[in-house]
Amino acid sequence: MNAPRAAWLFLAPALLVLGIFFLLPVIGALGLSLTDYDLYALADIHNLRFVALHNYLALLQRPLFWSALGHTVYFVAVGVPLSMLTSLGAALLLNSPLARCKPFFRTALFAPVVTTVVAVAVIWRYLFNTKYGIANFVLGQLGIHPIDWLGDPHWAMPTIILFAVWKNFGYNMIIFLAGLQAIPPELYEAARIDGASAWRQLRHITVPMLGPTLLMVGILTVSGYFQLFAEPYVMTEGGPLQSTTSVLYLMYDEGFKWWNLGSASAVAFLLFLIMFAVTAVMLKLARCGEPREQEPA
Amino acid sequence: MLTFWTFGPEGEVMQQLLPEFERAHPDIHIKLQQLPLSAAHQKLLTAFAGGSTPDMTQLGNTWIPEMVALQALEPLQSYVDHSRVVQPDDYFASIWATNVIDGTLYGVPWYVDTRLLFYRSDLLKKAGFDAPPTTWAQWRRMLAALSDPAQHRYGILLPTNEYQQLMSLALQQPDPLLRDGGRYGNFESAGFKRALRFYVDTFRLHQAPAITNVEAGNPWSEFGRGVYAFYLSGPWNIGEFRARLPASEQADWSTAPLPGPDSAGIGVAGGSSLVIFRASKHKAAAWALIEYLSQPKVQQRFYGLVGDMPPRRSSWEGGALRDDPKARAFREQLEHVRPTPAVPEWERIANAMQLQAARAVAGELTIDQAAAEMDRQADHILEKRRWMLDHAARAPQAAR
Amino acid sequence: MNPRTAKLLINGLLLGASAAALFPLLWMLSVSLMHPGEAGALPPPLWPAHATLHNYRELFLRAGMGRYLLNSLAVSTAITALSLAFNLMAGYAFAKLRFAGRERLFRALLGALVIPAQVAMLPLFLLLKTVGLVDSYAGVIMPAMATVFGIFLVRQYARSMPDELLEAARIDGAGEWRIFVQIVLPLMKPIMVTLAIYTFLTAWNDFMWPLIVLTGQDHYTLPIGLASLAREHAQDTELMMAGSVVTVLPVLALFLLLQRYYLDGLMLGSVKG
Repeated sequence: MNAPRAAWLFLAPALLVLGIFFLLPVIGALGLSLTDYDLYALADIHNLRFVALHNYLALLQRPLFWSALGHTVYFVAVGVPLSMLTSLGAALLLNSPLARCKPFFRTALFAPVVTTVVAVAVIWRYLFNTKYGIANFVLGQLGIHPIDWLGDPHWAMPTIILFAVWKNFGYNMIIFLAGLQAIPPELYEAARIDGASAWRQLRHITVPMLGPTLLMVGILTVSGYFQLFAEPYVMTEGGPLQSTTSVLYLMYDEGFKWWNLGSASAVAFLLFLIMFAVTAVMLKLARCGEPREQEPA
Repeated sequence: MLTFWTFGPEGEVMQQLLPEFERAHPDIHIKLQQLPLSAAHQKLLTAFAGGSTPDMTQLGNTWIPEMVALQALEPLQSYVDHSRVVQPDDYFASIWATNVIDGTLYGVPWYVDTRLLFYRSDLLKKAGFDAPPTTWAQWRRMLAALSDPAQHRYGILLPTNEYQQLMSLALQQPDPLLRDGGRYGNFESAGFKRALRFYVDTFRLHQAPAITNVEAGNPWSEFGRGVYAFYLSGPWNIGEFRARLPASEQADWSTAPLPGPDSAGIGVAGGSSLVIFRASKHKAAAWALIEYLSQPKVQQRFYGLVGDMPPRRSSWEGGALRDDPKARAFREQLEHVRPTPAVPEWERIANAMQLQAARAVAGELTIDQAAAEMDRQADHILEKRRWMLDHAARAPQAAR
Repeated sequence: MNPRTAKLLINGLLLGASAAALFPLLWMLSVSLMHPGEAGALPPPLWPAHATLHNYRELFLRAGMGRYLLNSLAVSTAITALSLAFNLMAGYAFAKLRFAGRERLFRALLGALVIPAQVAMLPLFLLLKTVGLVDSYAGVIMPAMATVFGIFLVRQYARSMPDELLEAARIDGAGEWRIFVQIVLPLMKPIMVTLAIYTFLTAWNDFMWPLIVLTGQDHYTLPIGLASLAREHAQDTELMMAGSVVTVLPVLALFLLLQRYYLDGLMLGSVKG
């Protein structure tokens, strides 16, 4: 057996799966987004119309699309920095030579990551219940008025962000921890001899050395947070007053609740374009900031 | 193997009704699937879209036009013609009519469901009211007397994410909800705005908390504790209240027909029908089950188990139902019911309607703005229907 | 700051963070053992007055949770086994076998990572409908049988394998398949374990696609069954918590058992990547 033929045979199963179940549907989605494929068309294909870019134009004129995008951007813009700061903070604590019982803390802090979103979202729904939830009970003990966490349109998204940070920070914490452990200890040694404070060490050694990791984690976290869906599905059903309806939630509703597959595909593609643009801008900004830095593929 | 979908509490009691049927029909095995009520509409559409419909299902009668438009249902007239059990004359006429689309019968009513008032008779009495309200004005006075937001007491619970309550009020108006043969929304009519204003005022006057049913948690026990004096809901809650409230509180609640704008009001001609899917391979067996579930004595047992009201007059004449004081209001209301618009898009329009109503409740929109927005969205949702109607009207002409 | 205070502060913070991370999970376990209605009291109770397994009995006897549990196990295991095999083969080929267009193809695959999976979901549903796979285990398993991330991870790891070993085997006349099975796979064990745990956890916790493609409850996985239960039994806090325990416990146990391989693997992968 010659090498190229063997290579293709090794590749074939994975490429077939990705081709049939991903590439082909993505192309299909582009086509679908140019039609008004809906339940009527599902029942009888003669009811299908080609509508060119009408779905996209209609979406751009729909307040719900813009508010869903706004909620998603809100979730990303607040959730990602908060999540990464928490991860970084936890990683720094764990990496400190003064910390004890490290394996235990590492496991405990990572535990929420492996849990099922649906299951823990259900837990949070009760913890943050306005009347019987522990969150408001604790606030009450501190003399703070109860907050309608999931029922108030202004509080629902912050509550979901809090939940997402709790659920996800452990993953990036591990990645950061790996990055921190790769920093040569001599650098800190030298800084300490120079009398640099802990804060200065963090700013001038830790953060620059973590640069590439921060960028990679940032991009992955942003694209993950853009795909907000299960949290509002379980905790608020997109409400109250659609204040937690994300772009993906809109796509799900449009596509799999009302079966307007054409318009839902347009939503999916718009989300893709937005994510693509944001990732590109992040990469660009990172390159501007550190011209020497080269991202390995 | 006959797959049968049920939604909500009906599924749990079906397990007690089915053994008798299976004994009489040893060749039929029923696979019962219970799905949550809130997911019912979506599950049905998904099953249709995925080509995985069951043999038969319980189907809310407001969704029949939709399933018919998708050509998903089996016409049932010929089955009824040969049936000795299902007698159309015995059914409440307005309920039977919701199962007939363009002259063809697609479902057999299983139970009727109209929304009306559950109320705490003891609380009303304490506030000086001897009888439940019959007009909106009386109702408003009672709501005002029974509400004390500072003490977390409200006249009524109206979950802001359920459209049935507002729709019940809107159907009492002379104006139809859609106009031009279901081509456009008619939410800016004077009648609808009056209903919307009454609904929204109830929140603005703090006679109902602006919460969804997700936050409402356990409405039964809160009703029992007197957090709400009124609860606008359907007949299955008779069973829930009986099961969930302690015996000592059973004498303190009752039911009443819905108050109307000026006199006793009209309710929604709601309910669930039993339908057979066109794709089913077991239609005869499915029909046998429909006949079994349509027998008056089975319907009476069904009522005893879950509190669902039978659609046949003869079923009301025996068993626990005849003497049940809590069912009487429903019997009365059932003579005054009106159906929802028979367009396939209705469920989606009703959802859009409720979202705008909730925004008005939150103070984001005025009544006029909310009504205008409802019309805008309804017109958008109905765009394809208009095209199809015009298309269908043009097609035969082209053929000629 | 003197070292003693610093030490106290750091360990105090870690303890507080761990408590915050674990509290919801412990609360879930505690409430799942309460009697129906017990949690809906003020002040919210932290411990069951009399622990009971009533909710679990209810779940398995009446709510069909046992079936969902088996479904989840079957689906996640199948996905893990199949995707592990396919990703290992492909990742190895990209790392060690020579063929025209290798780098370009790999870059194209990486590029596909920017497309969110949800874009494909709508047509995928229609595709599966035409072949009759909607509402089947295969409908959940097949699209997950290979992942770009998995291929990437394997390739990164496989690149560090010495070429001489493979060349020596080739000179001895071993076929490519034999080389893969007898030489390559044993060397890849660490990445296999990491990838297997990662895939299993992802498959177990996956929500959106199973929610879409599983239309009847016979095939529900635990997250879908739980979400469905949560909409129907929202007011039954104790029952829902028991459901959450059943859903979370298997993956949590798996993680606790294999955490060293998993976490070390993640750290290794991230530094290299």
